[in-house]
Amino acid sequence: MNAPQDKASFKPAYDVVGTRPVRPDGVEKVTGKAIYGTDHVAAGMLHGAILRSPHPHARIRSIDTRKAEALPGVKAVVTGADFPSLASLEVSLGEGSGNIAAISRNCMAHEKVLYDGHAVAAVAATSAVIAEEAAALIEVEYEVLPHVLTIDEALAPGAPVLHEDMFTKGLPEKPAEPSNAALCFTVGRGEPDAAIAAAHTVVSGRYSALAVHQGYIEPHACVASYNADGQVQVWASSQGAFMIRTLCASILGISQADIRVTPLEIGGGFGGKTKVYLEPVAIVLSRKSGRPVRLAMSRADVFRASGPAPGVVADITVGADADGTITGVVMEFKMLSGANPGNDTHSGAMSALAHYNVANCRVTGWDVLCNTAATAAYRAPGAPQTIFPVECCIDEIAQKLGLDPIDIRLKNAARPGDVGIMGMPAGEIGYAECLEAAKAHPHYSAPLGPNQGRGIAGGTWGNYGGPSTATVNLGEDGSVLVTTGSPDIGGSRAAMAMMAAETLEIAYEQVRVTIADTSSIGFSMLTGGSRTTFATGKAVILACEEIIATLRARAAVMWSIDVSQTEWRGGAVHCLSGDKAGTSLTMGQIAAKAGFSGGPIAAEVALNAQGFLPGFGVHICDTEVDPETGHVSVTRYTVVQDVGTAIHPDYVEGQMQGGAAQGIGWALNEGYVYDKAGRMDNPGFLDYRMPVCSDLPMIDTVMVEKPNPAHPFGVKGVGEVPIVPPLGAVANAVSRAIGLRVHDLPLTPDRVYAAMQGKS
Amino acid sequence: MPSPQFHSPETVEQASALLAANPQARVLAGGTDLIVQLRSRRIAPTAIVDIKRIAGMSGIRAADGGFAIGAATPCTALKDDKALAAAWPGVVEAANLIGSVQVRNRATMAGNLCNASPAADSVPALVAAGATVLIAGPSGQREVPAAEVTSGPGKNTLAHGEFVVEIRLPARPQGGGDAYLRSIPRTEMDIAVVGAGAALVLDASGTCTSARISIGAVAPTVLLVEAAGAALVGSKLDDAALERMAEAVRVAAKPIADKRGTVEYRIAMAGVLAKRVVEIARQRAEKA
Ligand SMILES: Cc1cc2nc3c(=O)[nH]c(=O)nc-3n(C[C@H](O)[C@H](O)[C@H](O)COP(=O)(O)OP(=O)(O)OC[C@H]3O[C@@H](n4cnc5c(N)ncnc54)[C@H](O)[C@@H]3O)c2cc1C
Repeated sequence: MNAPQDKASFKPAYDVVGTRPVRPDGVEKVTGKAIYGTDHVAAGMLHGAILRSPHPHARIRSIDTRKAEALPGVKAVVTGADFPSLASLEVSLGEGSGNIAAISRNCMAHEKVLYDGHAVAAVAATSAVIAEEAAALIEVEYEVLPHVLTIDEALAPGAPVLHEDMFTKGLPEKPAEPSNAALCFTVGRGEPDAAIAAAHTVVSGRYSALAVHQGYIEPHACVASYNADGQVQVWASSQGAFMIRTLCASILGISQADIRVTPLEIGGGFGGKTKVYLEPVAIVLSRKSGRPVRLAMSRADVFRASGPAPGVVADITVGADADGTITGVVMEFKMLSGANPGNDTHSGAMSALAHYNVANCRVTGWDVLCNTAATAAYRAPGAPQTIFPVECCIDEIAQKLGLDPIDIRLKNAARPGDVGIMGMPAGEIGYAECLEAAKAHPHYSAPLGPNQGRGIAGGTWGNYGGPSTATVNLGEDGSVLVTTGSPDIGGSRAAMAMMAAETLEIAYEQVRVTIADTSSIGFSMLTGGSRTTFATGKAVILACEEIIATLRARAAVMWSIDVSQTEWRGGAVHCLSGDKAGTSLTMGQIAAKAGFSGGPIAAEVALNAQGFLPGFGVHICDTEVDPETGHVSVTRYTVVQDVGTAIHPDYVEGQMQGGAAQGIGWALNEGYVYDKAGRMDNPGFLDYRMPVCSDLPMIDTVMVEKPNPAHPFGVKGVGEVPIVPPLGAVANAVSRAIGLRVHDLPLTPDRVYAAMQGKS
Repeated sequence: MPSPQFHSPETVEQASALLAANPQARVLAGGTDLIVQLRSRRIAPTAIVDIKRIAGMSGIRAADGGFAIGAATPCTALKDDKALAAAWPGVVEAANLIGSVQVRNRATMAGNLCNASPAADSVPALVAAGATVLIAGPSGQREVPAAEVTSGPGKNTLAHGEFVVEIRLPARPQGGGDAYLRSIPRTEMDIAVVGAGAALVLDASGTCTSARISIGAVAPTVLLVEAAGAALVGSKLDDAALERMAEAVRVAAKPIADKRGTVEYRIAMAGVLAKRVVEIARQRAEKA
């Protein structure tokens, strides 16, 4: 890990914020005691199995479950008929809103199966082996329908339509016929066509990237227990226990107060655990069997049936002046969202040019459905796919005009006060500082060897705030218990403890953090969009400030003085007047006597955090391409990012490195592959090629800390931005190494080799 | 779905008798293919015969001036045998490209061979090296060239009740050198898109007196490309000879297109890798 650079220029001195203490959940995890999705056991628990469709598109004619039910040990079999037949109802969940009927049918098919792996029935039995055997005994009669896998197939005239009631939204008029285009969304300003026509230099191209999976190590898993009185408990690994509660309640028509969801430790999510897949099914199995039921996915299930990020095809034209000023951009992109309308089109369109100040632009996004798993959020959803073509075009303009690739980006960079594409002036954003830091980094001027090329790309993500609740309670000994409802996927418990300790002016070790179940704390939006350290952190800080106010009031009672005559300093209340002047009371001393001064000391803050700011990154990537095989090696990689204030720098750097690694995978070797029958052909880590350790160099990190004025310590959000630039950075590095551009990701050896053969 | 019976015999004869008694029985060595296939339900044997408890089945011993490698010897143990690693570095390296350290602590070359994947990494190296395989069965033992053990993807030529007890490598010839390389999109944990092995013998003047070139993942079985070897014999491995050798390899390669590579790419890479392994083998031969 690097030492943080250039910290002093922006940030006040803190005692705890910015240090690197051991994470509070670390020991439990490394000793194997932490309870993840499949570790939770309930008394009398049954094991579930799901039967999944082998067809990408088919009507379900009939389902015969008799043989499965007759198998000894089987306690319940359910199908779509056991779920309420819901009308369409939109629910908003932030990263992952959707239509309740569609979400329900994605958990368990009703009339049709829409992709290979779509759940059609489920079993609960006394052992996992029996459950799987029973699932195989269920007889489903399918009427196989023609399927579509690509954008061209999905939009072709006469293409089979997934949802007969789906008409493209966002067009001036409602279309006459249903189609696979769910949405058309355009943002823009100025006169982009005229600007491009008048431009000194114009570049254009069609770019594409495949659907990629979030690739979290822990497959989805949950246990549900339905009681005869209608009260339900769910234990699940996810990014949002409240998200599970909202969706299960809506899908199954249960009061939210009757569903208590306990978050378990989570082995990675990256946006992919912002949806329900198993939980409603486990509840229905438990209701039918009367016993708790565990459902868990295999890795193949995860690939086939849980959300990848959408693939994209984008046509782009960029015009620039002779000095590199970008004068006009027109881009039309199509996201391949899988079986249900996706969530990446708006964010993709709004992110595409958000890091540049472009006077004339038009970005049109289409949300296109096809017979593959319904997509889900993945780190900065939508932004990597739309920023990749932009960053490639800027690189080409720089090459045509003989400009330095960082200088051209600096010339066009969005800066504080610039009015963005949505008409809002930018706040304290740090893209220009990132570009300057990248230019100054020794990596940028290091010499390159033969067959090597260096690529630069920038990127951004809007980050998020939103609703969060936190409580802070004092033990009688003055120790501090922080409780939130935000699942910890990236070290947020450590960050919460640090922000509480900093606010209270006490040691980090004096604070412990718990993530509560949905019946034990007020609502928090799910952990996603890089919102938790910002929004939930703000709730923790404000609750700590309330605690300070309470402690001062209690001390004033104990000293019989007015509260104005007390001062909070160094984790204690100091007496400023009266006969106790000059003395102080520690938190422990006040807490021990709390019974005499007004009762337990606690605070709760529920807020809707506003004032979040986007993050920006600049990546420097060196690649070496084997001229005989087309094999691309990443030889050096540096991530520069405006992270706001880094609360725990290790976890900030870890996010930067992890996001970059995932983005490099997207650029080089990852991607969903289907066979002719429409079945996923690589549903495992052998042929779905995420980078392994030896594929990557040490990823160097530079944190640019430009604080967010809307957060007490300046937090912006970190986790999404780093997956955005790698697609462009790797593609630009390869194009400079081989002297030609490959527009389609991933840059697999055979594709790069074929491109090089075409050139020679 | 009853679980399979599990046997761990202690002699070759017991193992062979157990295999002969049940046509559905499967040999278990490292299990790194077998367990994966069981779990994914590609196979459903009714009995499993673990050969690791059989005396002498694990380990490497000197035999006839060369080496006899017990069928249950894990790949990592090959590296630890200094004499073997010095004599046949290509074979040892090929076996140690398989999977990860954890996989190689279990996986065996005999399992790699009997599993009969066209992309098996150790097999082209064994074939180039001229390895033979000792097979035991109800009617005694027989020795066959490694290239004859497989007959197609997932198919081997072992008769009912037979199993491999030993892989044999000759002594390294004077002026000999071998090598194996594979092409994969990543750097490890991948299946060969193409593999190529070479074993050469050079005389004191640097003239090639013997050359065996093998290729993997480009045909239903690993191929020994005799025309490729012939193109090198008598030459000093000059560019023209290497190109003739590579062309013979490309002609012999009859790959399929699948998710791991196109036909064109596999054919081209077979030629590229063949040249590269010959170069490494030449350097080793010159040092010998
Ligand atoms: C994560 C992972 C990565 C892998 N990577 C690679 C790779 O890079 N390259 C590669 O080539 N392979 C790879 N493999 C496949 C596998 O590890 C190798 O094929 C290995 O050499 C198999 O050896 P084993 O001892 O584990 O065989 P087992 O699984 O025990 O057996 C394999 C098959 O051969 C039969 N068999 C085993 N021994 C004998 C015998 N003595 N006589 C007769 N039949 C026998 C078994 O019945 C079975 O059908 C990988 C596997 C995994 C799980």
